[in-house]
Amino acid sequence: MNRLIEQYRRDFPILQGNDVIYFDNAATSQRPVQVMEAMRVFNDTCNANPLRGLYAWSVEATEAYERAREAVADFIGAAHAREIIFTRNTTESMNLVAYSYGLSVCRPGDEIVITVMEHHSNILPWQMVARQTGAKLVYMEPLADGTLTDEEIESKITSKAKIVSVGHVSNVMGVTNPIRKIADAAHAQGAVMVVDGAQSTPHMPVNVRELGADFYAFSGHKMMGPMGIGVLYGREDLLEAMPPFLTGGEMIEYVTRESATYAELPHKFEAGTVNAMGAVGLEAAIKYMKKVGFDLIMSQEELLTKRLMAALKEIPEVTVYGSSDPTRHCGIVTFNIEGCHPHDVSSVLDTEHVDIRAGHHCAQPLMKFMGVGSTARASLYFYNTEEEVDRFAEKVSKVRGWLGYGN
Amino acid sequence: MEIKQLYREIVNEHNLHPSHKRNLDNPTMVLQGINPSCGDDINLQLKVKDGIIEDAAFNGSGCAISQASTDMMIDLIIGQTKEEALKLAGTFMGMIKGETTEEEIEVLDEAAALQDISHMPARVKCAVLGWRTMRQMVEELNRQEVKDADVTAAGSSECGAGPCGVK
Repeated sequence: MNRLIEQYRRDFPILQGNDVIYFDNAATSQRPVQVMEAMRVFNDTCNANPLRGLYAWSVEATEAYERAREAVADFIGAAHAREIIFTRNTTESMNLVAYSYGLSVCRPGDEIVITVMEHHSNILPWQMVARQTGAKLVYMEPLADGTLTDEEIESKITSKAKIVSVGHVSNVMGVTNPIRKIADAAHAQGAVMVVDGAQSTPHMPVNVRELGADFYAFSGHKMMGPMGIGVLYGREDLLEAMPPFLTGGEMIEYVTRESATYAELPHKFEAGTVNAMGAVGLEAAIKYMKKVGFDLIMSQEELLTKRLMAALKEIPEVTVYGSSDPTRHCGIVTFNIEGCHPHDVSSVLDTEHVDIRAGHHCAQPLMKFMGVGSTARASLYFYNTEEEVDRFAEKVSKVRGWLGYGN
Repeated sequence: MEIKQLYREIVNEHNLHPSHKRNLDNPTMVLQGINPSCGDDINLQLKVKDGIIEDAAFNGSGCAISQASTDMMIDLIIGQTKEEALKLAGTFMGMIKGETTEEEIEVLDEAAALQDISHMPARVKCAVLGWRTMRQMVEELNRQEVKDADVTAAGSSECGAGPCGVK
C-alpha cells in the first residue's frame, strides 16, 4: 500500500480494527478525527447562537461560521463568500434554486433541460417547477458509455431553454459530464447553468467560474464533512434578484406587522438558526482534503478503479455499466451479477462485511434508460486500498454460489 | 439464522425452482404487487370457489426473498379458506414484526424460516410483498361478496360473525 495512503487511513477511526470493506462512499464518506476535533473545539469553546448574540461566545461562533464560508468560497473558486449559501445538503440546495429561481423565471413554453442520468434531487424539483409554471422538462440522453455528445447538447438546448441543470458526475455511471461545454451552450441561449456537484466535489478540483456554473450545489457528508451541512453557490447578481426560499428568523433586516425587508446576501437565504458546527466541520474537511491533495486522491482512486474493473472483468457473470475506461468512473463502479438481484447481492456481501449500495440509486429514469431494474454499486474513496479491492472481487466471485447457482 | 444459511437452506430453492411460478387458466382474481424502491414485481393469481382458495400461482421478477416468500406462501394457502389465509397472513406479518412466539409460527412451516428478516429492516418489504398482495386480494373478494349478498339476498347470515365486514 502507498505509505501516504496508509498514513491517512489511520485518521479514520471507523476504518480501524475491523475487516469491513466500505465501498459506499458515493452515498456518504467517512470522517477523519480532524473533522471531529474541529467540531469539538467549536462545541467546547464558543458554542452559542451565531449572528445574534452581543457577547463573546456568539461573536466567536459567528466568526467561525463565516470563516467556514470563506473557506468554501476559496475551495470552489467563488468570487465572494456572500455567494456561498449554507444548506442542509445538495437536495436542499437544488430545491432552493428551483423554488426561488425556477418559479420566478419560468413561463409557459419555456424549457428546463436536464439529463436522464440525474439523481432524483435534480429531477423532482424541476418537475415541480414545470408543473407550476407550464414550462417543459427536456431530457438530454447519453450514449451507452455515458457520453453526452455535442449534437445532443446542441439539439436539446434551444432558445426556449431558461434553465439547464446537470450533474457534474453521475452517481451511477461515474462519468464526468462536459459542464463547460454545456454551460457555454446554455449561456449562448440565455439560460442559466445549474450544476449538481454532489459526486464531483469530493473527488476533483472544482472552480465554479471555470466551469461556467451559475449555481453549484454539493454536500458536506460525501467529502468527509458532517451530515446536515451542504452548500449552494450562486452568482451574486442572480442571488440578489431572487426571493428568499425560507422565511423567518435571521434572514430579515426589518419587520413590521405587515411586511419585512430581507437581510443582505448570503443571510437572506439562511433562515433560522444555522448549522454552524456543521460548517466548521466542513471547513475542517476542506482543510483535510487540501492536505491530502487532489493529485493523491485522484491517482489512488484511478489505481483502485482500474484494479477493480480488471478483476470484475475476470468474473464471466458480472456486467459493469458505463464506460470501459476506468479513468472515466470517478471511483464509481456499477454492476450486476447474472441471475442475482442486487439486494440479494448486497445482503450476502453484508455477511462478509462488505458495504455496497444496491437498488436504483435515486436515479430511476436512468435505470429505465439502461434497461435494468436495479444495480449494485461499489464506490471508492482515496482511503480504500488495493487489498480491499482484491478481497472484494474475490467475494463477488462467490456471490452466485451463495445464491444457489452451480452447487 | 445467518442470512447466507437462510438463502442456502430455504430461499435459493424456492427462488431458483419455484413450484408455483406459472399462469392459472381461469383465475378468480389477479393482482400486481410491487415494491417500487426495489423493483420487486409479482403478479399473484388466485382461484377461489365457495370461499376456498383452490389454486394459486404467481409470475414476476425481483429479489430472491420476494420470489421465494411468495412461492412458500402459495404452498401454505392452497386448499385453505379465505379466512384461514388471512389468519396466516396475520401470523406472517406478526412474525416479521417480531411479535409472535415460536409456537405461533409453526403453522407457517417453511415460511417460518424467514423470521430472521425481522432483524433486516431493509428486506422486510421483500418478504411481505406476496402476503400483502394476497391479503389485499382476499379483502377485495370479501368486499365484493358482501356487495353481491346485499344486492341478491339481503339478510344472508354467511358473513354474520366472520371477519369479512365492509371496511
